[in-house]
Amino acid sequence: MERIRRNWGLYVLLLPAFVLTLLFAYKPMYGVIIAFKDYSPASGIGGSPWAGFKYFEKFFHSYQFTNTIRNTLIISLYSLATFPLPIMLALMVNQMRAGRFKRFFQTVSYMPHFISTVVMVGLMLILFSPSTGLVGNMYQLFGAQAPDLMGSSALFSSVYVWSDVWQHVGWDSIIYIAALSAVDPSLYEAATVDGASRWHKIRYIDIPMLLPTAITLLILRMGGLLGVGFEKVYLMQNDLNILSSEILSTYVYKIGLLSSQYSFSSAINLFNTVINFILLILVNQLSKKYSENSLW
Amino acid sequence: MSVMETAATTRTPRVKRRSRMTVAEGIMYAFAILFLIAIMYPIYFIVIASFSDPSSVANGQVWVFPKGFTLEGYKELLRHENIWIGYRNTILYTVVGTLIGLVVNISAAYALSRKDLVGRKFFSLFFIFTMFFSGGLIPTFLTIRDFHLYNTFLVMVLPFSVVVFDMIVARTFFQTSIPGDLWEAAQIDGCGNLRYFVLVVLPLSKAIIAVLGLWIAVGYWNSYFNALIYLKDPNLYPLQLILRNILITNQMQSGMGTGEAAQVALRLANLMRYSVIIIATIPIMCVYPFIQKYFNQGVMIGAVKE
Repeated sequence: MERIRRNWGLYVLLLPAFVLTLLFAYKPMYGVIIAFKDYSPASGIGGSPWAGFKYFEKFFHSYQFTNTIRNTLIISLYSLATFPLPIMLALMVNQMRAGRFKRFFQTVSYMPHFISTVVMVGLMLILFSPSTGLVGNMYQLFGAQAPDLMGSSALFSSVYVWSDVWQHVGWDSIIYIAALSAVDPSLYEAATVDGASRWHKIRYIDIPMLLPTAITLLILRMGGLLGVGFEKVYLMQNDLNILSSEILSTYVYKIGLLSSQYSFSSAINLFNTVINFILLILVNQLSKKYSENSLW
Repeated sequence: MSVMETAATTRTPRVKRRSRMTVAEGIMYAFAILFLIAIMYPIYFIVIASFSDPSSVANGQVWVFPKGFTLEGYKELLRHENIWIGYRNTILYTVVGTLIGLVVNISAAYALSRKDLVGRKFFSLFFIFTMFFSGGLIPTFLTIRDFHLYNTFLVMVLPFSVVVFDMIVARTFFQTSIPGDLWEAAQIDGCGNLRYFVLVVLPLSKAIIAVLGLWIAVGYWNSYFNALIYLKDPNLYPLQLILRNILITNQMQSGMGTGEAAQVALRLANLMRYSVIIIATIPIMCVYPFIQKYFNQGVMIGAVKE
């Protein structure tokens, strides 16, 4: 008690963030119960009648259930498969001799990260246009007809994932570059004395060094497996690719805000969150068991 | 910056250092240059296309230099009032939002970094839990509406200003770079926590303030999601939402017009798309090389495990 009183200033510093989190993160969590209610704005959250699992069942039986989950899984597993790319890039940058080229390379590789999602998708729409875009023109150069990258269901996940790699691979590699810069140089020297080649050093020094960071990030990613971001997918969606671009978060948005089925939308969202949460705990547990790395 | 320049810089170390380049290294640098081209060329193309005659661009005649130089796209932009309203709003949201974000996150992070904070574990968990669990779109929307924040300036800068990840990064910074002895000394001199925070801690924390400030600012500059959901009045729209209307929503309709006038309008609209990308991205691209080292620093701080 005495210590609390003496440090009252610290609680003052904590207060704004605490209040904001309470109001805008925890109060909505209470609102999640509308997923189990027939919510009507007139009677409010407390006053609306209970509906049990009605809306969950409605979702499980709807034709969008398999479709949205499949699309969400495809896109996130595909993204997950690109997880090693920033690591490879970091290993490569680490091999470059310090100098102007290395700095220039890093500067350029981070650059696309700062392009906003809206501009990024706008860019893709322009450049990928089969008739007037850069890609279309390249195909014409070889006398071929370009595929309609933005208007194709079959190619949607590839376009989504690889444009993401283009935009963020440099930025995502920073954290690994940072980890590599912490390697004790005497380790490399000792390895050289022992006759280790460049590949040996990467294999036995660099990669083990990156593993804890990589695993931590991987766990976080697994926790978000069904949480593929709304922003980019929503912007990339059009009538032509909707079959493979409708994912859980865009569906939640459309059901909820565009057609005002609040309870139904919340139920889908809750289903999504709970699965993510379970995945996160599961993967964390596995990682704890096999590698002694964990988030908590 | 051209590709030639890139190639030139790779050669420098070889000449200066006299050491031989191995085959493996040669392959690596070749790959690095290909990577650079893949990143830079699309960006460069947008720049030259924005200065070129739209039909030359559409016919595939623009590759390395602008063709049929024109400023028509930029002139057309000047006439678009919406863009300037969006620009003004975005600057306002970015400045105010960043200030609020800094105050809220940095001060909480400092409190959490102090080992003598009673209830430290509870408060940490309180914040971290929100990283993994949230009410979701609709409950959050209803909350915002209940607080009468829907369609207000405030909704863009206040409700989502707590960023737990940033808070953790700042907390790690305080734990590792502000010596605990300082506080002991200040206490003996009769200095309270608040005075100590403002007069001693903050001046020592310029690096982390810069990093978080820039992270938050870039976030505000680029975001459109909250505006899409919580704003209705076009006079409050940030630039990104206006851009969305120009770049993406109109896209589907633009292919439909016929006749001479429609063709001209379509060409102009295409040209404007290039220029609008440039003017929306330039502010960030201009500051970024100067602040890059702080960004790296920030990520490195974040990488340090507790």
